[in-house]
Amino acid sequence: MSALDIGAALPRRRAEILPALTPLLVMLVAAPLVGDPATFVTLTAAALAMGMMIFTMASGLTLVFGMMDVLNFGHGAFIALGAYVATLVLAPLKAWVAADSLRMNLAVVALAALAAALACGALGWAFERLIVKPVYGQHLRQILATIGGSIIVVQLIYAFFGPDQIPVALPRSFQGSYVHGEIALEKYRVLATLIGLAVFAGEMLILNRTKIGLLIRAGVENREMVEALGYRIDQLFVGVFMAGSALAGLGGAMMAFYRGQVQAPMGEEFLVLCFIVIIIGGLGSVGGSFVAAILVALIANYAGFLAPKLALVSNILAMVVVLLWRPRGLYPVGGR
Amino acid sequence: MSVSLTLEGVHTHIGRYHILQGVDFDVPAGRTTMLLGRNGAGKTTALRTVMGLWRASQGRIALNDKPIQGLAASEVARLGVGYSPESMAIFSDLSVKENLTLGARAGPLDRGRLDWIFGFFPALSKFWLSRAGSLSGGQKQMLAIARAVVEPRELLLIDEPTKGLAPAIVGALIACLREIKATGVTILLVEQNFRVACEVGDVVRVMDNGRIVHAGAMADLASDEALQGRLLGLSLDSHQ
Repeated sequence: MSALDIGAALPRRRAEILPALTPLLVMLVAAPLVGDPATFVTLTAAALAMGMMIFTMASGLTLVFGMMDVLNFGHGAFIALGAYVATLVLAPLKAWVAADSLRMNLAVVALAALAAALACGALGWAFERLIVKPVYGQHLRQILATIGGSIIVVQLIYAFFGPDQIPVALPRSFQGSYVHGEIALEKYRVLATLIGLAVFAGEMLILNRTKIGLLIRAGVENREMVEALGYRIDQLFVGVFMAGSALAGLGGAMMAFYRGQVQAPMGEEFLVLCFIVIIIGGLGSVGGSFVAAILVALIANYAGFLAPKLALVSNILAMVVVLLWRPRGLYPVGGR
Repeated sequence: MSVSLTLEGVHTHIGRYHILQGVDFDVPAGRTTMLLGRNGAGKTTALRTVMGLWRASQGRIALNDKPIQGLAASEVARLGVGYSPESMAIFSDLSVKENLTLGARAGPLDRGRLDWIFGFFPALSKFWLSRAGSLSGGQKQMLAIARAVVEPRELLLIDEPTKGLAPAIVGALIACLREIKATGVTILLVEQNFRVACEVGDVVRVMDNGRIVHAGAMADLASDEALQGRLLGLSLDSHQ
C-alpha cells in the first residue's frame, strides 16, 4: 500500500442541514406568535412567493460577486429594466392579458419574462464589456463604475418611459385567490413560487450536472486555477454576468406583475435586499441565496404583522444574527 | 539535448517590487529540472511567470522555441503545460472526481490514464466522490499533482509539492514524480527539500535575489557540500 493511502478515514463532514432548516425554525417560532392558523398560512405563502422573487434577482448577483469578485451595484438597474421590458411586451398583448384562457395568460407571462431576461442578458454583455471589464480587481472603482452605469440605465428608462409609474395588469387567470376555508392564497403568488422553484432547480441542475456549472463553481473558489487549467475565464465571466443580469431582469418582470406597477427606482430598492440575501447565504452560494431569500422574506412578513416598526430593520437584524452565528454566511464557498 | 523551455533575461515586477531581475535558464526536454534557492529568491515567481499568471515585464520565454511571454495562463496551459501551485489550489468544494474532470480540459476522463494515476495515488480512487476539502494535506497534494497530469502534458510546473508533508508521504511523492518522469514528461520542480531534489532531479538551477546563480547537473551539486553551503546555505544537518 502506498504511503499516500494512509489516512484511510476522511474527517466526517459537518452536517450542513441546519442552515437549510432556519426558515423552518423561523416558521415554528412565528406560528404561536401569529396565533391564527389562517393568517399564518397566508403570511407564509406570501413570504415564499416574495422569497422566490428575491432569490431570482439575487442568485445572479451572488454568482457575479462570488466568481468574478465584482461588486455590481448596477444589478438593480437590470431589475428595473426587466420590469419595464415586461410592460413593453404586455402593451400589444392586452387581449391575451384580459382573455379568459389560462393558456394565453401563461403565454403572456412567459413572453414577458423571456423578453425581460433576454434584454437584460444582452445589456449585461455590454455592461460587462464597457463598464465592469476595465475595473476588474479594483473594488472601489467597481462600486463607482457600476453605480455610474446604473444611473445611466435608470436615466435612459426615465427618458424612454417617462417618470410616472406604469401600471401592469395581471393576466386574468392569476387575479384573485385560491380560497380554502379561511385561508386565501393569491394565485399569482403561487405562480411566482413555482417560477422561483423552477429557476432554482434549473440553476442547481446546470451548476451540478454540466461542465459549465462545474467551471462556475470552481471559478467561484479559485479563478486563477481555472485559468491555469486552460479555460478562458474571461469568456466564462461574460457568460456569468449575462446570466446574472438575465436573472435580475426575470426577477424584475415577476415583481412587476406582483406589484401591479413599475417605476425606475424599484431596482435600487431591491438591490439592498439582494446584497443582504447573498451575504446571509454565503457569497457565491446559489443554494445559500435560496435559503436566505426565503428566510429574509419570512422574517419581513412575520415582523410586519407582529411588530410593524420592527419590520423596517428586520432584514438587517436577520443578517446580524446569521453572521454572528456563521460569519461567512449560511453556506460559505471555498475561502470566501 | 533538446530544450523544452527557455527563459532569457526575464524580469517580473509585482507592484513596485522587482522580483525577477533578468532570469536566464533552460529546461531540457524529458528531464526533471530542479529550481532551488533560499526563500524569497524568486522561484515561485519564475514558475508563475512561465505559466502566464504574472506578466514578464521584459525578456523572452519560449516553449519549444515558440515565444509564450505575454500569453494568458489559459493559452499557456493549452500548449501542454500543467501547473501544480505551492498552495495546491484544489477546488475544496468540489469532489475528487470533479477536480480531475476539470483537469481533463480537452475531453472526458480517460480510464487508462486514471488507472495509471490510481496506481500511485490509490487514495484518490478511494475518495473519488468525497469533497476535496475534506482530504488530508498529503491527499490534497496528490490531487493537485494528479489534476496536473490527468491529461498528457509536455511540461509540468510543480511548486514545492512536499511542503509540510510527513516523511512517509514525501517518499511516496518521490516515487510518483519518478513515475511521471518515466513517461517522458519534462518537469520543472521548485523544491525546498534538498533530499527530494537529489532523488528526482537531473539538472539544477539555483536562484538568488531574482537571478540564476548556478546551473549544472543535480548530481554534481549533490556531491559538493561546499557548493551547497555557498548556494543554498545548507549544512550537513539539513540533509538529514
